[in-house]
Amino acid sequence: MLEGDPHRLIEGMMIAAYAIGADEGYVYVRAEYPLAIKRLEKAIAAAEEYELLGDDIFGSGFNFKLHIKKGAGAFVCGEETALMASIEGKRGMPTPRPPYPAVKGLWGKPTNINNVETYSNVPYIIKHGAKEFASIGTEGSAGTKVFALTGKINNTGLVEVPMGTTLKEVIFDIGDGITNGKKFKAVQTGGPSGGCLPEEYLDLPIDYDSLISVGTMMGSGGMVVMDEDSCMVDVARFFLNFTQSESCGKCTPCREGTKRMLEILNRICDGEGKDGDIELLQELGEHIKSTSLCGLGQSAPNPVLSTIRHFRDEYEAHIHDHNCPAGVCSDLAEAYVIDEEACIGCSKCSRVCPVGAISGEIKNPFTIDPDVCIACGACEPECPVSAISQG
Amino acid sequence: MSKVKLTIDKQIIEVDSDASVLEAAKELGIDIPTLCYHPDLSLHGACRVCMVEDEESGKLLASCATPVREGMIISTRSMKARRARRRNVELLLANHPNDCLGCDRNNHCELQEITYELGIRSQDVERVSGEKRVHELDTTGPALKRDPNKCILCGRCVRICEEVQGVSALQFTNRGFDSIVVTAFDLPQAEINCANCGQCATVCPVAAITELSEIEKVWAALEDNDKHVIVQTAPSVQATLGEEFGMETGTVVTGKMVAALRRMGFDQVFSTDFAADLTIMEEGNEFLKKLNGEGELPHITSCCPGWVKYAEHNFSDLLPHLSSAKSPMQMFSALGKTYYPEQAGIDPEKIYTVAVMPCTAKKFEKDREEINGSDFKDTDAVLTTREFARMIKEMGIDFKDLPDEEYDELMGESTGAGTIFGTTGGVAEAAVRTVKEELTGEALERLNLGFRGVNHAEVKIGDRLIKVAIANGLGNAEKLLERVRAGECDFDFIEVMACPHGCVGGGGQPRPATNEKKDKRAQGLASIDDSSKIRKSHENPQIVKLYKEFLGEPLGGESHHLLHTKYKARPKN
Repeated sequence: MLEGDPHRLIEGMMIAAYAIGADEGYVYVRAEYPLAIKRLEKAIAAAEEYELLGDDIFGSGFNFKLHIKKGAGAFVCGEETALMASIEGKRGMPTPRPPYPAVKGLWGKPTNINNVETYSNVPYIIKHGAKEFASIGTEGSAGTKVFALTGKINNTGLVEVPMGTTLKEVIFDIGDGITNGKKFKAVQTGGPSGGCLPEEYLDLPIDYDSLISVGTMMGSGGMVVMDEDSCMVDVARFFLNFTQSESCGKCTPCREGTKRMLEILNRICDGEGKDGDIELLQELGEHIKSTSLCGLGQSAPNPVLSTIRHFRDEYEAHIHDHNCPAGVCSDLAEAYVIDEEACIGCSKCSRVCPVGAISGEIKNPFTIDPDVCIACGACEPECPVSAISQG
Repeated sequence: MSKVKLTIDKQIIEVDSDASVLEAAKELGIDIPTLCYHPDLSLHGACRVCMVEDEESGKLLASCATPVREGMIISTRSMKARRARRRNVELLLANHPNDCLGCDRNNHCELQEITYELGIRSQDVERVSGEKRVHELDTTGPALKRDPNKCILCGRCVRICEEVQGVSALQFTNRGFDSIVVTAFDLPQAEINCANCGQCATVCPVAAITELSEIEKVWAALEDNDKHVIVQTAPSVQATLGEEFGMETGTVVTGKMVAALRRMGFDQVFSTDFAADLTIMEEGNEFLKKLNGEGELPHITSCCPGWVKYAEHNFSDLLPHLSSAKSPMQMFSALGKTYYPEQAGIDPEKIYTVAVMPCTAKKFEKDREEINGSDFKDTDAVLTTREFARMIKEMGIDFKDLPDEEYDELMGESTGAGTIFGTTGGVAEAAVRTVKEELTGEALERLNLGFRGVNHAEVKIGDRLIKVAIANGLGNAEKLLERVRAGECDFDFIEVMACPHGCVGGGGQPRPATNEKKDKRAQGLASIDDSSKIRKSHENPQIVKLYKEFLGEPLGGESHHLLHTKYKARPKN
């Protein structure tokens, strides 16, 4: 949006400012998006040149100045109170609400704070009317939504669809299905703290309420598609690792609780899961959601809770059968072995092993050290005599 | 203020509409446990220990951060609310050393108390335990010790240092599980722009920030037969020590305190109040000289070591305005190793001086290079009120049942003026009392400068109007001194106390400390002044004797050598 049509955002913010009588506006952009910043700066400069921004715009008596605040990229600064603290030069840490920004926001003044996408929709609504805008989308969720479609999918990138479009349409029509002809397994919506949905929800219409009802959310508009090779426990661990390290560390449940959940997920993936771990994860997850200070903590357990809800059998396989069904968790996969009778001692396998688990002398049978082998399978296709197999 | 009616635990209450659920519950006598909440600091909402349940929605709310709403139905006792509190405390304990038995705060720890009250057992913590933080302790001092492993990140220290003191020596850094409270650039405590005021230590709910203890040093001195150990007690301690023994806040325990020190084995028990009278003699005369055009006005007090260090870091341009008079503690110690041994016929080398102080910054002050007036280290050990109370308990002394005893002669007599040094406004009042009498022979009525914030008063002395200002709390001092720096005010005499309320709110005083308690302590101290037979420093007979037999006259050669000091600019890092 900032790179493609920054004028739309500027116009939306100006309209909002005019409506509430604000004369200062800030756009908070991560410093890691230099192109977005460059184009936004250019658009602001142009608007100033045309006197669309500044003092007494078109003799209306209305003043509006727009500033860019470059953020250092903390995830928590997407939370509105942390974002405002960051603009004020403080540590990006959320504060309790109320007071809400509309009452006491930036620099202690009443503040209207919205996403870039929301403000960018304002000019269209003003120009074409609310009715026209509401004719797109669903009853509860009007308009369109932009998704960042990524993962094991043929067409990745940003897509804008009317609210109410089904997951299947986005993934299989627009995204052109799963790469390498693999089977769809799950889709995660809403960014790192969104939930994962299995195949049976593919016909779910994408709108705010529907997503919440199945344990995920619209969030940042992220959409990550996973195929049959993805381990859902590992996926949950990946996202929780992100939210734990991006937690601002202020409130107890988010700072301490997500760490404990992550430790449990680590031990499950390492084959050391225990009876009761799933229940403890659920208990901690619900606790963190219901007692955390801000949206980050209140949603951080979603990837874990949703994968337990929809893929509980995978957790159980890890804990009880010491098996990672997707073959991702290396500590649970069985090491590869070389059939000494068949091996011709060519050394091709040892040359591709990423961890140096294979040793031997040329023209003599090679062996794989099962304690070192990570069961990645790189050696198997290299063998000219098919002497390598798993387990 | 409009009112709001709500139901808490089936009881209906009407409170001001800006009250929090926690405050409303308190009015009903319902005690909700808290950790990050502090009545004198901004709302933080971080510990999530004060959870209650909104009975209509079933949602959990942090009661400290939730404003009351008309018709609200709250349960503070539902299983859901209690479980939520327990879980959060369990999570804190899972990342805590839990070495309670050997901890400085054992039996005085808010986390320990809440753990007990919520019925949490070891196995509950075990269930959610895992990796624990491992950080190095900062014992570089010179007054305070920081143990980040014990920190529960409640942010009280960060808030009091920033909001009340305006120093911001501490801040949060890192994210998630690695979050920690640090000094700027993680520099050692000894190298930062910290006044050693110890306000952080008074609000810390655990033992993450405590004073560097000198208890063992003092025990060793008392055991040593070759040492003659003399002790002085600061004015404010007599109005705060009782709290450590469960006595009503503000109870004056001077006599019991003296009795306890004798039983602990101190050879002579003296009073810093005596030295406070001496400070008034020196500083009062210094101020008189400045009024007569010798030296720069405003005259600014220097008896508070927290304030002095803060000024050296942040207002070095105003250092020439600071009184060169040493603090009462240092004046006493200088005399303790010169005047006292001469009078008592003791080898000064054998004397060991201990100071019982309300203060952590005093530990730093005693080690200042330029501070010594005798041929020895003037002050050997500084104990805070808290350390002193621990020693009394360790000795097995039943404090409450002690008889009242009197200070020893020579340096034990004090006046009401010396006593009120222990609270904000006291130094200014005592100084002006003496100056007015000296110049006009008329007695001064109470200035009533109040206990909180910045205050000022005007006193007519002869045909001259003296403008007096006081500031307590470094944040308030900064505001006042910025005005002085900008030439926006024309005060003649400025008293600064680093701690809110002055020494009764000192960093070495009993915990927990709130403004409400400090008000009571200050009132306790003022009551001693009101009932004192002698209320003016220059009428203290022991002071008269001291000048006659030893010092000569105020600001004289011997006084200058023993009782005055100098300051140096320090980096503002």
